[in-house]
Amino acid sequence: MTRRARLGLFAVAGSVLLAVLLIGLRGLPAFGHWHGVYGLLVSRIEPSQRHATDIVTALNFDLRAFDTLGEEFILFASVAGVALLLRQLRDEDDAERSAGIEDHRFAGASDALRVTALVLIPVLIALGAYVVLHGQLTPGGGFQGGVILAAGPLAILLAGRYLALKRIAPSWALEALEALGASSYALIGLGGLIFAGVYLKNFLPLGTQGMLLSAGTMPLNSLAVGLEVTGAFLLTWTEFLDQDLLVQRGGGT
Amino acid sequence: MTALQLVALLLVAAGGTAVVFVPDPLRQALVLSLYGIALTVLFFVFQAPDVALSEIVVSGLALPVIILAALRKIHEHERRSDREAGR
Repeated sequence: MTRRARLGLFAVAGSVLLAVLLIGLRGLPAFGHWHGVYGLLVSRIEPSQRHATDIVTALNFDLRAFDTLGEEFILFASVAGVALLLRQLRDEDDAERSAGIEDHRFAGASDALRVTALVLIPVLIALGAYVVLHGQLTPGGGFQGGVILAAGPLAILLAGRYLALKRIAPSWALEALEALGASSYALIGLGGLIFAGVYLKNFLPLGTQGMLLSAGTMPLNSLAVGLEVTGAFLLTWTEFLDQDLLVQRGGGT
Repeated sequence: MTALQLVALLLVAAGGTAVVFVPDPLRQALVLSLYGIALTVLFFVFQAPDVALSEIVVSGLALPVIILAALRKIHEHERRSDREAGR
């Protein structure tokens, strides 16, 4: 296709898109004046009937807990896919060839960077645990906290000690963590089926609003998702980095 | 709309445009991260702190690590095939 024909096609398609967009935008409510009732309803019933103060977590782990189950297994399946593909691509005898490497050190990992990484590790883990455990109280929850938790060990990589990261978080442990998180979520749902007659129904006592252990199964769900996300992200990162740091060195470049 | 919200919207518009126009993928990964922070600010000033938290951990951390690892692998692959071609 010539440049002229492409420009012509773009002019036609662009003007149609613009027209449709303008028609669509005219029907929108004014800025800040949305009149939907769903949000108002959820904001009213979740604190009073479920004793949760963070409505978004209440939505994810209570009202729409089934959606979260789906998302949970999307993450699980995609991480399993990444691991399968990358392990398949890798040479069979990697482990032997890279066995001689005691530790991976970046040329750029200065003392200052190493100290910063060392300080970051406990801070990130504490923050991640806080965000996971306060899911139903303050903004955050299993997913956000899980990624922060996974970032703690990743700081070891920043210090240029990749193999130390592999030692404290070996693949089998990460796989187990991820599977444990995903299965716990499904099992908590099964608890709802057994004790309250509906899958994923909130079946635990609701407790006092604002306390750490409140809102029934929400903290447990948050913890399960947190474990799964931590495992999933660390596994993905280490699969990619294995591909990068170990195979490359083993390949004799 | 408050001034803060307007500034956040403009930052996101500028950031998204910047990501598209950076030619070098390595720099692009960094600009993408900064764009993620602009988006985080946007979500925060529009009162969606949960989404802001998700955005900052994904764009500031999860994505760049994977992009950087993939870029490094591609460079290494290119170097190797260059050497084999020169042989």
